[in-house]
Amino acid sequence: MTRRLMEGSEAIAEAAIAAGCKFFAGYPMTPFTELLEAFAAKLPAAGGACINAESELEAVGMAWGALATGARAATGSTGQGLALMQESFSELVRAELPLVVFNMARGQFDYFQATRGGGHGDYRFIVLAPIDVTEATALTQSAFEIAERWRNPVLIYGDYLLAHTAEAVEVPAASAPPRAPDWRADGSGRARGGPRHISPIGMQPGMKGIDAEVFWQRLHAKHEQIAATEQRFEAEHCEDAEVVVVAFGSLARFARHAVRELRRAGARVGYFRPISLWPFPSEALARASTGARRIAVLEQNAGQMIDDVRLTVLGRAPVVAIGGISTDAHGFGIGRFFDPEQVRARIESALERSAA
Amino acid sequence: MKSETIRTDAPPARSAKRTGEFAPELQLSVDHDLCPGCGEPLALRLVLELIEELGHADNALGIVGIGCYTALGSSIGVDMVQALHGRAPSLATGAKRMRPGTLVFTLQGDGDMVNEGLQEVIHTAARGERVTCVLLNNGVFGETGGHMTATSVLGQRTKNTLDGRDAARHGHPISLAEMLAPLGGAAYIARGSVHDAPNIVRTKNMLRHAFEAQLAGEGFSLVEILTMCPTGWFVPTAKGPGYLDDVIGAVHRIGEIKARPPRT
Repeated sequence: MTRRLMEGSEAIAEAAIAAGCKFFAGYPMTPFTELLEAFAAKLPAAGGACINAESELEAVGMAWGALATGARAATGSTGQGLALMQESFSELVRAELPLVVFNMARGQFDYFQATRGGGHGDYRFIVLAPIDVTEATALTQSAFEIAERWRNPVLIYGDYLLAHTAEAVEVPAASAPPRAPDWRADGSGRARGGPRHISPIGMQPGMKGIDAEVFWQRLHAKHEQIAATEQRFEAEHCEDAEVVVVAFGSLARFARHAVRELRRAGARVGYFRPISLWPFPSEALARASTGARRIAVLEQNAGQMIDDVRLTVLGRAPVVAIGGISTDAHGFGIGRFFDPEQVRARIESALERSAA
Repeated sequence: MKSETIRTDAPPARSAKRTGEFAPELQLSVDHDLCPGCGEPLALRLVLELIEELGHADNALGIVGIGCYTALGSSIGVDMVQALHGRAPSLATGAKRMRPGTLVFTLQGDGDMVNEGLQEVIHTAARGERVTCVLLNNGVFGETGGHMTATSVLGQRTKNTLDGRDAARHGHPISLAEMLAPLGGAAYIARGSVHDAPNIVRTKNMLRHAFEAQLAGEGFSLVEILTMCPTGWFVPTAKGPGYLDDVIGAVHRIGEIKARPPRT
């Protein structure tokens, strides 16, 4: 296995292509732009297509059309661009198409957008938040398989640091080409036993209407199954922790570092990181925080993930915010928190309050 | 043709047939739930007939927008993807790039293509995507019960232009075919109609050119088809074709707007 120094954007594009992604469409926007550049540079040589879409609305539409033919396809943007795609996102869940979406977000303001969304109706995205470039390449490869297994979109939540940090990572090995799914509508359906229709309301050839309630119930049952199956997390030192620090994505890297340092200094502090933001790893966090006197949530926004933590802890211990709004002059989400001293100081203050 | 004497002293050997019984094989249902006098089922039938005639029944993909014609979607006997309002040309783009050998077409109304999705069809044409967009233009939002669209003609009475579309208050109609024709990626652009038999035949020929242009890789093609909507026009069913010819057709002129490039 070769290791190469790669920026996150390049590594993610290579991982996607290795996973059999044949289609990408996007619209430039910092810090997502370099991911689009990487796909534009690499995908055609791998027998795929990358389109410079004229808007985010069109980018997600193009990916939708490619997915319908059974091809593995992805799109992405920042949270601002993803805001434009919300209508299609909710519709793709109901059309049961395995879209992979990259949010190279301007910080962590988009937790609600990623986990709740702004589309209509009951729908869910599987959301994975990698901590570094190595994990991002692994999760990107998995994302295409998870999306196809459940026929449900998967969103990878990254940020400026993930997109632009160069790390030595293993060059992703190409997985076996995926089998063309039977449900695909690529023009060949009639020759394969009957036309295939891909409809976001469950309409099928020859039908004279649908039972909407049965359709929604079936989707709901699927999402309950996903919620029970796809929870991912990382935890360290939680067994005897008085304070458990909860953080996700790039910021969790700073939290993990600070917790390890504080542990070496004898502090009873633990670290918990949801890797899947939806489904939120509630059972694991509930276990990890059983003995904790305080749960400290470090996130870079006014308080979004803290809702899910509170729904998990259910009042057994105080859940406090030790993060907050923090960004750079350009608004790209490189805030003053991205500093090990700062993060350590905030955790120490939570420890002091819990001891008081 | 061999002449045949029609006998009148005995019942005919073969019973008479209804039009529906001649339906193309790709049309999964001979009836529909749209209003009497609607032009959309006629337009869909032409598309399906042509797919069969071009030998593409086992290699065609339709992308259907949202409007009354969405109800016809489940009677389409080829692969089909239901799009959001206005987005069909982008879906067609992604699908065609993945399956260049497949005949890919969209089916959209004027509310879908010209109101909500104008940007998508313009860019798809400009990129010269090898897809065919079929616009069913009746100048009204039929599904909501008769409201103004971007193609409603001046003076047209709709539920939200009760005194008729007035340029000063409601703006001017867009003739989409003429708007797309100058774009470099557009290979074939035409406007037909299904209000009478000669125009049905003519429109089918336009669709043939459009599909052939796509299959020959010449670029983007569009056939705008004027369709009757007596319900949304608030005229009696039998007056639908006449209204189309006199009122809608007077603004959106029938004919080939951009012929295919000459082949050498």
